[in-house]
Amino acid sequence: MKALNSMLVLAAAFIVVFAEAVIAVPRHLLGAQIDLLPALVVYAALNTDIVVLSLLAVLGGLWFDSLSANPLGLTILPLFVVGFPIFLQRDLILRELPFAQVVLGGIASAVVPLLAVLLLLTAGQKPLLGWGSLWQWIVMTAGGAVATPVFFTLFEWCDDALGYKPRTETSFRPDREILRGRRKM
Amino acid sequence: MFKQKYYIAFGFVALAAALFLSLPSSASSRLKLALGSLFLPLFGLAGATHQLPSDLVNSVLPRSELLREIDHLRRENEQLQAEQVQASAIVQENDRLRALVGWEKQQPWKFRLAQVVTRDPANWWRTVEIDLGSRDGMTTNMPILTRDGLVGRISSVGYTRSQVILVGDPKCRVSALVQDPAQDTGILSASGPLDSSLADLTYLPGTADLKPGQLVITSGIGGVFPKGIPLGQVVDARQVDFGLYSEARVKLNANLGSLEEVFVLVQ
Repeated sequence: MKALNSMLVLAAAFIVVFAEAVIAVPRHLLGAQIDLLPALVVYAALNTDIVVLSLLAVLGGLWFDSLSANPLGLTILPLFVVGFPIFLQRDLILRELPFAQVVLGGIASAVVPLLAVLLLLTAGQKPLLGWGSLWQWIVMTAGGAVATPVFFTLFEWCDDALGYKPRTETSFRPDREILRGRRKM
Repeated sequence: MFKQKYYIAFGFVALAAALFLSLPSSASSRLKLALGSLFLPLFGLAGATHQLPSDLVNSVLPRSELLREIDHLRRENEQLQAEQVQASAIVQENDRLRALVGWEKQQPWKFRLAQVVTRDPANWWRTVEIDLGSRDGMTTNMPILTRDGLVGRISSVGYTRSQVILVGDPKCRVSALVQDPAQDTGILSASGPLDSSLADLTYLPGTADLKPGQLVITSGIGGVFPKGIPLGQVVDARQVDFGLYSEARVKLNANLGSLEEVFVLVQ
């Protein structure tokens, strides 16, 4: 079940990156493309182990950069830097609460593009920035915040649909069974 | 709190990032295209999904509508053929005059139709990918245009796909010419990140007499874009650096926000 969940998370990252490159509706409506990888990283940090989180950061970052003009490998670090502290503190986070999911998703979606742009500027690249970027950043933050509880619900649904059902204890005890009628000798 | 396996994971991710970022640009772009090719099955699926509604519409379109469309296309074809006869006469005349003056003969443009398959998922770049690659004869810096005007140039080429930098991206600067009496030239560069229909025309002479509505075309300087490709129209202009230069905002002819099919200028 754990392996299935890990594979689902990585498959979701693959599909999310593809969808971001193909679906232009948010760009037309809101002027910015919403990045769903940070929301997925929040889910992975709270519900999977460190191996899956690392793989998600590396593979998700590589897939994202392969369809973008970013230098290859640029998105790996921002994704992991956001997911790692959440993973370390996950025992203190009320992960079942939608409010906590929204807040964490919003923070992650706000920090990842900031770090990516910072890395780009450090590497001497000249990304397209301006006052409009502020609006794009707000849209990305809000989009990621909304998407995080959706991911939690979706993966929970997948777990229920594909995972083994937990064995429930019955109140029946054979040693306390009252046998009626005559005993056979 | 910080177990050994966390250190290992952190080290693995940092090492992977450093390794990929330090790759030489040629290896990096090859690896990028190889990774991008993992999405090929999904491209096929998306293409089929896009095709499905139009197939459905075609299957239920009434015959009278189709006949009307055929009639319209036939008329348009006849008109275009007449225009082509006129144009070829002008080309011959131009060639004759060029020969008289001793100028080199102009080569006619050749186009390849390409489909836009993806857009850059990052908001800070303006690039798209097209479905033609090195197997179709694509090379870097080939101009990309639509019927309306210039779109951009090819920045990297894979076997089956190529990345196109659009006009308005910081990496795509175009030498442009304003069709005013002085034929002023400037550089068309990035504008804001939100509106992809606008670009800034910079380094124009301070004396340039710019008016809204003036046409802007490629100047041919620089060797990447041939002269005469329409770019857009001047929206407004202002003087900068104490009147040393002028700048103008240009409304691009091509709709970069909804590109689906583009032409590659093969030359």
